[in-house]
Amino acid sequence: MTTSRRDFLIKSSLVSGGLCLGLSLPFTANLALAAGTEDLASPIEMGAWVLIRPDNTCIVRIAKTEMGQGTLTGLAQLVAEELDCDWSHVKTEKVSPQENLKRKNAWGQMLTVGSFGIRFSQDYVRRGGAAARFMLLTAAADQWQVPLSELTVSKGIVTHQNSSRSTTYGKLAEAAARLTPPDPKSLILKEPKDWKIIGQPLNRLDTADKLNGSKSYGIDVNLPNMLNAAVMACPVFGGKVKSLDDSRALKMPGVKKVVRLDDYGFAVIASTWWRAKEALGAVLVQWDEGAAAQASDATIKAHLEDGLKTQTGLYEFRKNGNALDAIQGAVKKIEGTYYAPFLAHATMEPLNCTALVEADRAEVWVGTQDPEGALLAMSKQSGIAIEKCFLNRYDPGGGFGRRGRVSDYVTMAVSIAQQMPGTPIKMIWSREEDMTHGQYRPISMCKFTAGLDANHKVVGMHVRLSGQSIYAWRNPTANLKDYKDDFQLQGWFADPKSDQQLCYTLPNLLIEYAMRNSHVPVGTWRGVNVPQNSFYMECFIEEMARASGMDSVEFRRSLMPTQSRQLAMLNLAAEKGDWNKPLAKGKHRGIAQFMSYDTYSAATIELSLDKSGAVKIHRIVLALDCGYAVNPAQIEAQVQGSIVYGLSAALWGECTIQKGRVVQTNFHNYRVLKLAEMPKVETIIKPALKGSWGGIGEPTIAVVAPALVNALSNALGRPIRSLPLKNQKLV
Amino acid sequence: MKSKKLNINGKNYEVDAEDQTPLLWVIREQVGLTGTKFGCGIAQCGACSIHLNGALARSCVIPLSSIKSSDKITTIEGLSKDDSHPVQKAWLQVDVPQCGYCQSGQIMAASALLKRKARPTDQDIDEAMTNICRCGTYQRIRQAIHLASDLTNSPANKKLG
Ligand code: FES
Ligand code: FES
Repeated sequence: MTTSRRDFLIKSSLVSGGLCLGLSLPFTANLALAAGTEDLASPIEMGAWVLIRPDNTCIVRIAKTEMGQGTLTGLAQLVAEELDCDWSHVKTEKVSPQENLKRKNAWGQMLTVGSFGIRFSQDYVRRGGAAARFMLLTAAADQWQVPLSELTVSKGIVTHQNSSRSTTYGKLAEAAARLTPPDPKSLILKEPKDWKIIGQPLNRLDTADKLNGSKSYGIDVNLPNMLNAAVMACPVFGGKVKSLDDSRALKMPGVKKVVRLDDYGFAVIASTWWRAKEALGAVLVQWDEGAAAQASDATIKAHLEDGLKTQTGLYEFRKNGNALDAIQGAVKKIEGTYYAPFLAHATMEPLNCTALVEADRAEVWVGTQDPEGALLAMSKQSGIAIEKCFLNRYDPGGGFGRRGRVSDYVTMAVSIAQQMPGTPIKMIWSREEDMTHGQYRPISMCKFTAGLDANHKVVGMHVRLSGQSIYAWRNPTANLKDYKDDFQLQGWFADPKSDQQLCYTLPNLLIEYAMRNSHVPVGTWRGVNVPQNSFYMECFIEEMARASGMDSVEFRRSLMPTQSRQLAMLNLAAEKGDWNKPLAKGKHRGIAQFMSYDTYSAATIELSLDKSGAVKIHRIVLALDCGYAVNPAQIEAQVQGSIVYGLSAALWGECTIQKGRVVQTNFHNYRVLKLAEMPKVETIIKPALKGSWGGIGEPTIAVVAPALVNALSNALGRPIRSLPLKNQKLV
Repeated sequence: MKSKKLNINGKNYEVDAEDQTPLLWVIREQVGLTGTKFGCGIAQCGACSIHLNGALARSCVIPLSSIKSSDKITTIEGLSKDDSHPVQKAWLQVDVPQCGYCQSGQIMAASALLKRKARPTDQDIDEAMTNICRCGTYQRIRQAIHLASDLTNSPANKKLG
């Protein structure tokens, strides 16, 4: 398999070398070979981002990871817009990290986290499309001996009006490829008013093979001579294997080998994954669970509570005026302490990775949000130079941050394969392993104190956040003496240029952070720290509104600059959500707003609550301003998706710790939203400012929990300060 | 270990697997049809949904031993030859999938529902569609089921058919 692949690379570059400025064309050709369908030599490269086939197919290269969020289609729209090609002729292919490395980052950073996909690459991918267009037009001008300025192009057909000649991109490609690509920076991009493809609610390009079972995910990889591995790591994070007896397991059908995972666990390698998984239970293992086995929710919460009280080791994140004095002198004082638990990602496709380690090369087959990081992890674990590491990209069955900057599962797969050199091994985590060995959303508590004057105006607010730091977990040796970790305070920045700005103007504001780490691994979960911080802030703002006797929307408005984009979204969500219209009996509303990832969102939620405390959400109206809306249909899908993810977490989501381990193991005790519980979602996309590109995958989740909780506290007439709601008495 | 005969998507297969092996893993690993997905292994998520003699079933909890050679198993690969099942057509038109991982199971569940009930109400859909989608495609799934029902039952379609 691997040999033929390498042979093929050589052949393909021989065939096409003359047409593409000496650059090889590995991936299209690769995919075509795999599919056995395409004419191998036919796609011709026009700069890094575009390939054209004689039949006019335009292949757009995608460097970012498509894991459901629709970025593939959006990025293709950006390129196709500048290319002026026929959208129905657009196809895509994935860039491989080793190719990106070889070509000195021709496709920029591949890492797909932080709602980066479009907002941080839109400029250079559009220039990639424009460069290809320039080359194709130059080829036509040369061929016809006419000035380039006399040519027009529409849907991939180039026309010279004066001489009534026209031709296609497919016909021009060969000549165009001989030209030197232009300096992308020299190209002038289209004015937004001239866009024909950007901004259209187009269907996704990657749907067909998701409807008939033919799409291959990492978990579906099948290679000649491949074996399968099931794994078990010490259930207590940081625990080690004390002793291990694999004699019974080795006698089970299909079992080939039992191997250690460093010192923290083991893997069974067998002919099928099911046999490997069955044999896991037959391995007699004794763990050295270490001191962490004493940890529980109670000990971790006590640690956080200490962070709420302490006077030392604090990071003063924001300070204007003197909040403490102002609150002291206030007519009315309000106080509330909030809490949000650890959460697992529970991507639909459990973590998996297939690896092959040979004497001087390593190869993996994996769905990852960080192909370059995964390549590094392979090289680091195997000791094989990165130039000899190859990563085959698969679209993950969900990422939500779990397949982001941490490549723990890639390292693990490589370490298993190293113990059986020459044999490809597919490692799959069971759902139980996936849920109990996550990179959890950090736990935190947040204490607010605020004061109002006689006119019910806020005179000061003190925010004390106490919680675990992702940065500290990922950089255990980092010097964090001053506990400075801005990342944990996402959404509360003062700087109007920040993409995570707190959109309220508060006099006398003090925000402090007490870093309180535990032994539980933490990482980036859809929205990272935004969903917790927005829940805290927006629910406490609601408490202040109630204390002031003002309407929730009015109160928020009074704290916002009159012309702000955020205010526009608040107003829109209120208006479309019928905020000022009377409610039917038994129904309640809540509202929240937040800005993150350069996108402004606000939502109104309408629900009813029965006598037993059961919540029924009827309707959610979510307004967002993400700047340019590249594909409104996909934005709408992301809004719906983030609402499902956010509601699941707010209603039921928690990973609790007992004896040092995560209690929740599978969907029966980590409940998530199902179709019957899905409220009607109305998405209103309204850009308020030209020239800005906001994120889409994460920002809108920010308003889900607070709008829900605010609706419930309106229903109950008292604040709710802790998630998930299943643990709250809602009567 | 004895070999066992299975009929999947109208084709006969002979597999070697232990009796207690869940049908899901036999289909994925021995037969090699990977469209049917693993999500939980405990009948919670529906990613592994198939039709067993025409009825919806979660294959991760069906032991191989309970399958008879006369049983007819349909997986996502066998739903139609050319993606022409009304559910597949509606799914494409409504642009339902996000990551797509749960969608084989969703489509098998929806097609089983429509077979039972040509014109499902929203409540029928609520009751029948209990598969998990972490990407949150539920609103479009509902829309696509109604469309699939229209595609199947519209007079124009009947004439064609
Ligand atoms: S894998 Fe069968 S229901 Fe989840
Ligand atoms: S589409 Fe991703 S889990 Fe449903």
